Amino acid sequence: MIEIDGVSKVFGSGVQAFTALDNVSVTIRENEFFTLLGPSGCGKTTLLRTIAGFNAPTNGAVRLDGQDLVSLPPYKRPVNTVFQNYALFPHMTVAENIGFGLEMLNRPKAEISSTVDQMLDLVQMTAMAGRRTSEISGGQQQRVALARALAPRPKVLLLDEPLSALDYKLRKGMQVELKRLQNETGITFVFVTHDQEEALSMSDRIAVMNHAQILQVGSPHEIYEHPSERFVAEFIGETNFLIGTVTQADETQGSVALDAGGNIVARLPQGEGGMGQVTVAVRPEQATFCAPDSGEATVSGTVSNVVYLGTDTHFHLTLDDGNPFALRLQNTPDNSVQQKVGDRIGIAIAPGVAQVLKD
Amino acid sequence: MADATYTRPFSERYSHWILLSPALLILFVAAFGPLFIVLIYSFLTAGDYGGVVWSFSTDAWFNVFAERDMFDDTLGFADAHLAIFWRSFRLAAVTTVVALIFGFPTAYFIATRPPKQRNLWMLLIMVPFWTNLLIRTFAIMELIRNEGVVNSLLMAMGVINEPIQMLYTDFAIMIGMLYVYLPLMVLPIYASLERFDFALVEAAYDLYANRLRVLWRVILPVTKPGIIAGSILVMIPALGAYVTPRVLGGGKRMMLGNLIELQFGQGRNWPLGAALAIVLLIIVTASMIYYVRAAGKEGAGHG
Repeated sequence: MIEIDGVSKVFGSGVQAFTALDNVSVTIRENEFFTLLGPSGCGKTTLLRTIAGFNAPTNGAVRLDGQDLVSLPPYKRPVNTVFQNYALFPHMTVAENIGFGLEMLNRPKAEISSTVDQMLDLVQMTAMAGRRTSEISGGQQQRVALARALAPRPKVLLLDEPLSALDYKLRKGMQVELKRLQNETGITFVFVTHDQEEALSMSDRIAVMNHAQILQVGSPHEIYEHPSERFVAEFIGETNFLIGTVTQADETQGSVALDAGGNIVARLPQGEGGMGQVTVAVRPEQATFCAPDSGEATVSGTVSNVVYLGTDTHFHLTLDDGNPFALRLQNTPDNSVQQKVGDRIGIAIAPGVAQVLKD
Repeated sequence: MADATYTRPFSERYSHWILLSPALLILFVAAFGPLFIVLIYSFLTAGDYGGVVWSFSTDAWFNVFAERDMFDDTLGFADAHLAIFWRSFRLAAVTTVVALIFGFPTAYFIATRPPKQRNLWMLLIMVPFWTNLLIRTFAIMELIRNEGVVNSLLMAMGVINEPIQMLYTDFAIMIGMLYVYLPLMVLPIYASLERFDFALVEAAYDLYANRLRVLWRVILPVTKPGIIAGSILVMIPALGAYVTPRVLGGGKRMMLGNLIELQFGQGRNWPLGAALAIVLLIIVTASMIYYVRAAGKEGAGHG
């Protein structure tokens, strides 16, 4: 279990001071695939480097299983890193790279070679053991970097955008592989990425970061379906934002009178069931078509564009108040798209699906 | 199969040789030419007043390693020559090692400065190069002579009662050569450190290597090509150094360069001088081959 407790990091000083982490607190559980997700410059890599020990936090504490990490140099932390550009040692073979950590821990030779063999097998690189790192492909370098970091059996594996240098197909394959390795080894993975799809597909939990702060921590489902803030909703997937006023609210849900006309029953953010003007987030696939201006329709509008995307069809609509709305329908073999550009349609949003955002 | 019947015109067939000829001409005339003359002279007879007499003789080569006693004509080992060979080699080797010990941290320091500062630091390394070698050597003399800056300071501070004899020793020659050749060590090491990916240092730290082991297992092996290049650049001129041992060694502590000069000057034995020059060439070549092989063994296949 990693506890990050009120960690701040300020680079530089005076006018040039830059806050990379602003009072960040989060707890990463044992054996968890935990992802730090955010745009570049949001502080996610700084947080990772703080856990690894390459950055000393300006304020706050980092603890691993209750033990303070901040006072330990990187080479005394039971934590290993997979670097963005792998940082493999060019003067060593694949096997020597993988064995380096164990060698530095002064493990006996027999143990090193058997662990290296095991690791080579785990990442399917046995045939390449004697190669130099410059003689293997990017995807293979990626595997070696993983094996090198896993070989000393760290308590935590830190991964700094390790898939960003790979092409799409390799990346997909490695995503599955990473998840498998995490299951097989039982090591806590802390994964940094700016790719929301990657985060959703692999993580047990995601922390969405922006401007040096963690905005929301939750399972991929929670983050996607119930974003707490506009930034989270916008950064992950596509979202429609509807402005309205809460007219009636209980513990979890509230009724919102939309400015575009109609009412919607939406989930309220935890702890802040505030009244007044709010923003409601609706995913494109959470809405369906119905007859315009009927009792079923939450809002109505006209179709401005239709994009066929194979598995589904994407509709760009213009609501009656002039705001855009995106709607996605899954294609089935027997249905054909009936709505055409210029048609007036109604949009139905089931109660309790949309999410009211914190403002 | 058009190629088989098509004959390229003369100009096309030989154009690359024609274009290369100026460079080849300079290479043969300026590099191999003098060397060839030196080789021929080493097999001629010495003239009475310098120069050579055109008759074949192996006396010069004989005299490189052996000498005839002035009085009883018995044959003995030319131990004076051997002592000079040994001193040259030893001083050049020590200079190279000390230059590496000082040069590597200097290069490391510069390579880890912000990019904008690096050029300024490199400029400071290069500035002494712009001054005449003789002037710089006399400056070192001024520092280490008995009444010089170092001794005066130490005596004024009461550390020593009488000056330490530093000038006209092997130490003086070593210090002089170190000062003169240090930039030649710093430059190639800096070049390889500048290309060095410092993420490798982080990776090694992360994998439980302490500072010393990071240096020993990662930084030094990866920058080895620069270290080899720097060592060669220092070792070769140090082996043949002439001005520095002449000024700081006081003429008594000769190195090979001085011995060769002596044969062409006062000694009036050009063939012996030529033979000694070839011996120097062989020592340099042999030690370089040995060094590159020994250093390249561990990290073979890259660089």
